[in-house]
Amino acid sequence: MSNKFTEDHEWGQQDGDTLTVGITNFAQEQLGDIVYVELPDVGREVEQGEECAVVESVKAAGDVKSPASGEVIEVNVALEDEPELVNAAPEDGGWFYKIKLSNNDELASLMDKDAYAAFVESVS
Amino acid sequence: MSDALLSTALTELHIENEAKMVPFAGYNMPVQYPDGVLKEHLHTRENAGLFDVSHMGQAWVTGEDAGSELEKLIPIDIVGLADGEQRYGFFTNKNGGIEDDLMVSRWGNDFFLVVNAACKDQDFAYLRQQLGGDSKLNIIEDRALLALQGPKAHLVMQDLGHSLKDMAFMNCRELNLAGAQCYVSRSGYSGEDGFEISIANSEALELARHLQAHKHCKWIGLGARDSLRLEGGMCLYGHDIDQNTSPVEAAITWAISPVRRSGGAREGGFVGADVILPQIPNKVSRKRVGIKPTGRAPIREGTVLADADGNAIGHITSGGFSPSLGHPIAMGYVSKSHSKLGSTVYAQVRGKLNEAKVSKTDFVQNNFYRL
Repeated sequence: MSNKFTEDHEWGQQDGDTLTVGITNFAQEQLGDIVYVELPDVGREVEQGEECAVVESVKAAGDVKSPASGEVIEVNVALEDEPELVNAAPEDGGWFYKIKLSNNDELASLMDKDAYAAFVESVS
Repeated sequence: MSDALLSTALTELHIENEAKMVPFAGYNMPVQYPDGVLKEHLHTRENAGLFDVSHMGQAWVTGEDAGSELEKLIPIDIVGLADGEQRYGFFTNKNGGIEDDLMVSRWGNDFFLVVNAACKDQDFAYLRQQLGGDSKLNIIEDRALLALQGPKAHLVMQDLGHSLKDMAFMNCRELNLAGAQCYVSRSGYSGEDGFEISIANSEALELARHLQAHKHCKWIGLGARDSLRLEGGMCLYGHDIDQNTSPVEAAITWAISPVRRSGGAREGGFVGADVILPQIPNKVSRKRVGIKPTGRAPIREGTVLADADGNAIGHITSGGFSPSLGHPIAMGYVSKSHSKLGSTVYAQVRGKLNEAKVSKTDFVQNNFYRL
C-alpha cells in the first residue's frame, strides 16, 4: 500500500481496485496556505492525467490531474470547509478523492517514493 | 536564473530569515517568510509587520517651481502641501488614464516622491523631460525603504524613543531611529496605522535587525502586502489602475484635490484634465467596485464578469482570499448599470458562473491614525 507519485505532484494510494488521490507535501509547500478546494462529482469518469480537481492558495490556483483512470466513488467533503487540511496533512487527512481503478496497469507509469524524492530534488 | 535581478540593502537579511524569494519588478524580493501569507497578514492586522519596500523609487524634486511644475503632471494640491504633509496622487496621461500612482510630501521647499518599482524608470525619465522652470529631479539611489505597519507599529516607534502622538496619518518627519537619520511618513499600504521609513542603505541593515528583534515585529512578504492592500480596497498599479483607466472610473476621485477641480483656484492645468474633470460630474460608464463571491471559490484577476443573461459587464482586476474575513474577495470594473452596492454579478470561473455581489472596495475598515 505504498504511495505512487506523478510529476505534477499528485499521489495515489492503491487499496485493491481503489485509488485514493491527493497532492504531495512538496505541492502544498509550494502552494502555501490553501483556501479552497474544488472536488470532482462522485460518479464522474476520469482519465489518467485529466484535470479533475482545483486547489487554490492565497496567491494562486492549481489543477489536480488524476494519477490514474477510473470512476470517482468518494470525495473528501471535509476539504470544503477545511481546505487547510491539505496543508496540515497532505498525504493523510487532506486526501482529495477516491476512484475505482479501471486499469491497474496505469500505476506502473507512476514514480515510487524514492523516484519521486529524486524528482523533487531535481526540480527544486 | 536570478543573476540579473537587483538586490536591496536587505536581501541577505531576507535570505537569512528564510524568505521565499521571487523576482518582482526586476528585484529579488521576499514573497513570504516561513510563517506564510495568512499568518503574516493576520500578524500585521494585530501587531506590527515589517516590510522591505526598497524596490520602490524615491526621489526629490527641488526648486522654487517644483510644486507648480509637479501640479502639471499630477492632479492634486501639491503647492498647498504644508511642510511635513503627504498626499496620494498619480501621473495622468492625455487620454485621462493613469501612468503611475505615487506619494508626494513636502520637506521645506523640496518634495519627496515615492513611486512604484515597476514604473520608476519610466516615471523618472518622464519627470526629467517634463519638469520646467528651475525645478530639478534628484533620484535617490542610496536609500532603502522600510514599512512598519499595524496597530502596534507606534509602540515600536515609542520604544525607539518617539511617542509620535502628535503625528497624524499622512504626516512626515525626520527622525533619528537607532542612530540613523530617517525620513519617516505615517502612512503605508496595508490599511493600518504605520510608518514608511527612508534610510541610507549603509544604515538599513542595522535598523532592520533592531526592528526584527522587537517583540511586536515580524517580517512580512509581498504576498501579504498584496492581500492587506486588497482588503483595504487600495489599487495596485498595473492591475486595478493603468494607462487605460481614469481616476474617476477607478473610484479614486477623492484624491483629486478640490483646488484642482472645475471651479477650484488652480482648476485643471494637468495632463488629461479635459478628459478627467468633466467625468467627475457626468460620471463614467464603468466603475471600480468591490466584488464579494457568494461561494468559497476565489475569483482571480482577468476573470470575466457577466450579468444574469451571460452578457459580459466587466472583469476582475485583483482577486484572492481575505485572511481577516476568511472569505474570498476581489475588485474589478463593472458597467455603471451593475455598479450599485449589492448588485448581483456572475464570474466565469472554469466554465461555471459563480455568483458574486458588488460591495464596497474596502472590505476591512482602514485603521489610520488621525488626530
